[in-house]
Amino acid sequence: MDLKEKLLASFMAFEERVDVQATLHDVRTEALKNFENKGFPTKKEEAWKYTSLNAVLKKDFSVFPKEESAVDFKEVKKYFLNDVDTYKVVFVDGVFSSFLSSTTHDGLDVCLMSSALTKPKYKMIIDTYFNQVASKEESLTSLNTAFAYEGAYINIPKSKVADKPIEIIYFSTGNEAALMVQPRNLIIVGENAHVQITERHQSLNENPVLINSVTEIFAHKRAIVDFYKIQNDVQTTTLIDNTYISQKQESIVSVHTFTFGGNITRNNLNFYHEGERIDSTLKGITIIGDKQHVDHYTLVHHAQPNCESHQNYKGIFGDNATGVFNGKIYVEKEAQKTDAFQQNNNILLSDKATINAKPQLEIFADDVKCSHGCTIGQLDENAMFYMQQRGIPRKEAKALLMYAFTSEVTSSIKIPELKNKIARIIATKLGVNMGFDL
Amino acid sequence: MLVIKNLHASVEDKEILKGINLEVKAGEVHAIMGPNGAGKSTLSSVIAGREDYEVTEGEILLEGEELIELAPEERAHKGVFLSFQYPIEIPGVSVTNFMKTAINETRKAQGLEEMPANEMLKMIREKSELLEIDRKFLSRSLNEGFSGGEKKRNEIFQMAMLEPKLAILDETDSGLDIDALRIVANGVNKLKSKDNAVIVITHYQRLLDYIVPDFVHVLHDGKIVKTGGKELALELEEKGYDWIKNEN
Repeated sequence: MDLKEKLLASFMAFEERVDVQATLHDVRTEALKNFENKGFPTKKEEAWKYTSLNAVLKKDFSVFPKEESAVDFKEVKKYFLNDVDTYKVVFVDGVFSSFLSSTTHDGLDVCLMSSALTKPKYKMIIDTYFNQVASKEESLTSLNTAFAYEGAYINIPKSKVADKPIEIIYFSTGNEAALMVQPRNLIIVGENAHVQITERHQSLNENPVLINSVTEIFAHKRAIVDFYKIQNDVQTTTLIDNTYISQKQESIVSVHTFTFGGNITRNNLNFYHEGERIDSTLKGITIIGDKQHVDHYTLVHHAQPNCESHQNYKGIFGDNATGVFNGKIYVEKEAQKTDAFQQNNNILLSDKATINAKPQLEIFADDVKCSHGCTIGQLDENAMFYMQQRGIPRKEAKALLMYAFTSEVTSSIKIPELKNKIARIIATKLGVNMGFDL
Repeated sequence: MLVIKNLHASVEDKEILKGINLEVKAGEVHAIMGPNGAGKSTLSSVIAGREDYEVTEGEILLEGEELIELAPEERAHKGVFLSFQYPIEIPGVSVTNFMKTAINETRKAQGLEEMPANEMLKMIREKSELLEIDRKFLSRSLNEGFSGGEKKRNEIFQMAMLEPKLAILDETDSGLDIDALRIVANGVNKLKSKDNAVIVITHYQRLLDYIVPDFVHVLHDGKIVKTGGKELALELEEKGYDWIKNEN
């Protein structure tokens, strides 16, 4: 039985187990039908031209997580932001870990999707938001919707400034020979509310893991949301991240995606504008090697006047690594005075590394400012010579240059502890100790 | 200190240096002048070890040790410093952090411990005062958005921090106004000692009013065609490079 058949066959058992209400049942059934019709995406589809899931899908994944596997905090401490107090929503093999988490209902909700989906007091919210911005067409999103049950549920009420950052972490123990998990996050940020969130997926050994994650974010009027994705997983983990963001007027949302590891990582990042004077930022750093593959597939849908979007993705590809950047900017006829900017710079460190970069601008308004720039290059030998002349060996010089290359992205990280952590990961990734926190 | 014997170097099979002979002793200041395209910058790059240039013949000895086979950073560790005509911008890395890395890498290569932080700070304070550099400047990204004068001053600041045996100043005067020129020259003069040596590469005589050379060499078409005292620079200024070109 292949993975698709297995998923379809297990749906009834799943629904029985999670015991949900009728409206959700309809949503799930509809979503499952879409997945059944479309199946897993293949390279024949334009959107998946450069990314093949074939090899991954051949593995015999278990689709239901078992009961909670115990994880020792000492073992996983390094994956948390330790220097700053945070709310934490932590899952182990898809199951909530109360032991590792630190949730709250005090002034804001930082808790579980399973509670929100099943408890009557959240029904109105779920009816209003759940699956409202996520695609009903895209088959992997539909697959997630069909099996949506666990994940983080975050609700920041009107005018509330979250007092500390929120960490969402998904650990995979590898206790299963091969595991597929489908986290589902729902984040609602009220009018004038502010929040900073980090999200990380981490496998704890080399057993294959397939993650098909969906996150919906709703930013209301003048809300400010900073979202950071840390993807530094082992070589046997495949991550398909589907993030959908709905922005109301004057809201400011930024998503930073740091991709340093994993087998295949696909980031579908979608911004939808539903108001004027919205600001959207999409930034990313990719540093990969070996046979790793990263595919950034972004969409900013400008539907209203006077909105801005800023995209800046930096990629460094070594060995046989392959990268894809597909950035789509869609400007509707009504979206006059749009200011949309997209930049994608890449460095190839080896002859065998590949990057496929594809900016896609579809503009139907006539008074807009849209620009994009894409570069693919090698390390600047003039700069290398300069640093070597100052006594910095080639390896360290290379690392400094690459760090400098990514600094436009790291400079806008608003959580200082995260900024340090990212700098340390970059230094480790580049195999150097700079003697200072970059 | 530095002995160069019959040095030939080419870039992409084009010979630029055609047999340079030069001896620089500790405590001396040498000026190398010459028209554009004479090979001045090539000479400084070749001494510093830039890989685009291929040395086809000759020797470069620093305190008796052959440099030609060494990587640029190894030459730096042995005390060669090159002040760049066009310093490179490194966003996201502050002047201070860049200096920390450079100094500690050099110390590591020399088998020394890292410099203690307080010692480093003290040194940074002293040397930045010498070059009249504002402290705020040191936390800015290296050369990013620096004016021409700031870049050059920062080069000499780095020279002061690294305390090289042999400093080569490649067109350090270009892009400097008279005040900046004075500060830079003053810095170089204060750093001069009987144990180190300076090679000033320049197109114009102007800088040599401030950094007074013991010897002036004129480079033309890849060779040193004339050597004299500081008065040679004045003569060149007066007569122009055509004088040299016509003589050869």
